[in-house]
Amino acid sequence: MNLIMQPWPWYVSGALIALIMFIMLFFGKSFGFSSNLRTLCTLCGADKYVPFFQFDWKTQSWNLFFLIGAGIGGYLAANFMSPEDYTVAISNNTITDLSALGFSAPRGFVPESQFGVEAMSETKNIIILALGGLMVGFGARYAGGCTSGHAISGISNLQPASLLAVVGFFIGGLLMTHLFFPLIY
Amino acid sequence: MFRFQAFHMYGIIGLAVALGVPMVAIIKARKIKDFAGGQIVFTPKKWSISRYLIGGTIFGLGWALSGACPGPIVVNIGAGYLGYAIVLVAAVLGTFLYGLLKNKLPH
Repeated sequence: MNLIMQPWPWYVSGALIALIMFIMLFFGKSFGFSSNLRTLCTLCGADKYVPFFQFDWKTQSWNLFFLIGAGIGGYLAANFMSPEDYTVAISNNTITDLSALGFSAPRGFVPESQFGVEAMSETKNIIILALGGLMVGFGARYAGGCTSGHAISGISNLQPASLLAVVGFFIGGLLMTHLFFPLIY
Repeated sequence: MFRFQAFHMYGIIGLAVALGVPMVAIIKARKIKDFAGGQIVFTPKKWSISRYLIGGTIFGLGWALSGACPGPIVVNIGAGYLGYAIVLVAAVLGTFLYGLLKNKLPH
């Protein structure tokens, strides 16, 4: 019991992700999270305007349950399974680098200066978050999948397309972190 | 993770893939059935350079800027970080934007 109340080591989390993929395959589904974003568009009525969203969303309802489960998991992990005053164990170098750009040290999983309630009154911060989200949604659908669909499922299936998508993920991630971050912050 | 200062994320994704590759290979080789007795099928994505390279790069830019890929966006909302609600709404809008422009983009 004490063990699961602590942050889990990478080999536990990594193995659990593989287990989740197996459970999904065993139940005739596939492990890909960003498809939910398309389903949410359809649920919001996007199918009335754009053919891409015209499909029976009920065939994807199982994945929406996975989405809800992920949210519940985050709630449980943050509120009942994290030690008092827990901060995510990222590298001290990263914290130093980011604080030079004006980020606060992480509290819990992420820095409050970007994601906390007070940060929501800063226009620049909201624009940054919205822009990030916009590119995540757009890019995931353009590339036909995200980290779960390409980096985990696709590479497990040895698909060249998924490997190229992951190369793209890293080009984008490295450009943003090393080239654009110093310009934005 | 894009600063290569911590091993954690690479350990998680690396191990998931290290277990996933033999898992998928065994499922295919032994023709393992799903719970309903149906064949587990893998439909590989059609090869294209522009689609995966451009789409992937845009995704990577957003991933690093918002600090989360789609799954963890929702996890962080559950954990109580209000900022990720904005990221999620924007991600849904981004998906809509893709649907809108799909036919004009190189695939």
